[in-house]
Order: sequence, then C-alpha cells, then structure tokens
Amino acid sequence: MSDSHSSILSHQFETLDQQRASAEFGMWLFLVTEVLFFGGLFVSYAVYRYLYPVAFAESSQTLDMWLGCFNTFVLLTSSLTMALAVHAAEAGDKRKLIRFLLFTMFLGTVFLVIKGFEYHHKFEHHLVPGAHFEFEGPEKEHAQIFFFLYFVMTGIHGLHMIIGLGVLSVLILMAYNDRFSKEYFNPIHITGLYWHFVDIVWIFLYPFLYLIGHPK
Amino acid sequence: MSHDTAAPHSPLTITFYVKLYIGLLVLLLATVGASYLHLGPFNFAVAFTIAVIKALLVILYFMHVRFTEKLIWLTAGAGFLWLAYFLGLLFNDYLFRW
Repeated sequence: MSDSHSSILSHQFETLDQQRASAEFGMWLFLVTEVLFFGGLFVSYAVYRYLYPVAFAESSQTLDMWLGCFNTFVLLTSSLTMALAVHAAEAGDKRKLIRFLLFTMFLGTVFLVIKGFEYHHKFEHHLVPGAHFEFEGPEKEHAQIFFFLYFVMTGIHGLHMIIGLGVLSVLILMAYNDRFSKEYFNPIHITGLYWHFVDIVWIFLYPFLYLIGHPK
Repeated sequence: MSHDTAAPHSPLTITFYVKLYIGLLVLLLATVGASYLHLGPFNFAVAFTIAVIKALLVILYFMHVRFTEKLIWLTAGAGFLWLAYFLGLLFNDYLFRW
C-alpha cells in the first residue's frame, strides 16, 4: 500500500487528500482568472447591447437559434458524460472511465463541427466584420459590433473546447496506461472542472447571442 | 490546509446526475420558450435568471462544489463577485450618464 502511495503522492504533500485539495484549489484559481477573462467580453457585450438594442436584435435573428439550441443540448450532454467519467474514476472502473471520456470527446467534436457550419454560413452571407461586411438597413455599423463580439466570444469559447479535447485525449492515454486508480484521479477531476466551466460559458452565450429579438 | 477526514469522493449517484441533466434540458427548453414571449426588457431578465440557475446547478453538483472545502466556495464566489462588481460599477456609469 505504501509503495503504491509513494508513486502517486508527490513529495511535497503529507496526504493524498491534501494533494487532491491542492489540485482542486489550483484549478479553481485558474477558473477564476477565466471568469475575469470571459467576464471582460460579457461586460463589453452588455455595454454594446445596452447602447444598440435594435442592431443587436436584428443581428441575432441571422443566427440559427435551433442549431444553437442543439449545440447547447450537445454540450450539456457532454457535461453529463464528463461527470459520469469522474464517477467511474471514483469507482476505479477503467473501462467505463475511458468510454465516458471518449464519449465526451465525441460530443465536443460534434459541437465544433456544427459551429464550423455556422461560421461557414456567416462567411457566405458576408456577416464577418471587416471590409466585406454587408447588413441591410441603417444599423450596419452597429450590427458589425454584434458580429465582432459573436466571433470573438464563440471563437475563444471554441478555442477552449479544442484545448479541452486535447487534454481529454491525454487523459484517455493515461487511463489506458493504468495511471489512475480509486486513490488517484486528480487529473480527471480537475479536467472535469475545466470542461464544466466551458459548458457554463456556453450556457450564457446561447441566450445572449441567439435568443434576442427573434421573429415574434 | 490538510483535510485527512474530507472524502474526495462525491456522494452523488448516476441516477442523480441523469436527473440533473434532464433538469438542465428542461431549463434549456424554458429559455427557448421564454424568448417567444413578449416581455419587453424582462425577456433579458428571464433569460439571464435561467442561465444563472443552470450555471449554479452545474457548479454545485457537476463540479462538486457543494461537497468540497469552504476554500473552494470562497474562491469560486470571489470570481463571480468581482465580475458582479465590474458589471455593477460600469452600469452605474452607463445607466446614469444623462
């Protein structure tokens, strides 16, 4: 027992639980910086939506709310599979752990592919801010602000998803090589925290971007 | 900050996770449904409230915050508190400029 512990307990920690608490605290500190990072974007969004409500409502109508809804469903499902992966890790069930991690990666990929189709649609319809931006009506300049925020916010969110997929694939390799046990699965747990956080960002992005002023 | 007694394992069951997931999907449908109502400025308030409830459910249960040390509560709370200050102070300016 002490042999197996000495390999998973880093020398600076007294106990496995202290090690777990430190890892969890560290991840939460990182997530707080992420709250502030995304917070800056959400605050910009709030200011411009307050200043140009008509442009934001008109621009939002060009987004496909049902694709966005489906993507929210996909991400919520991936949060469930991630929680079940942590649950499997707690039980020391390697086979289930790998299966749920793979399923989480699959759902994350589905989300990104759908997002890719949405971006493609925006490029085709000249809704990307810049020299070729086209938007009917007098609100063109302000609509451009909406699409700028749309691309930056969903783009950075997507980047977080891609990073999450990378981390998940490393975890699957580690799990495959028996690096985790009932006693030690910190990387699974804190990656779960990260994945759920990225899900929370989308929970706010969906109604803020897709669900304002759609056809009554 | 050693916690020899605190169990790293959450007491949640698979059934609970699935129920929570179904609850989150119901809230998603509620957000979509509410966007069809004519509530004026309250449309945003409703969408925001539902999003906050969903986020809290994810934080408390999927992220196990309900079952972890007070230190994690403080850390997570501090992040959102500062975001609230940021928004609150900024809109204290924008809302009363003229």
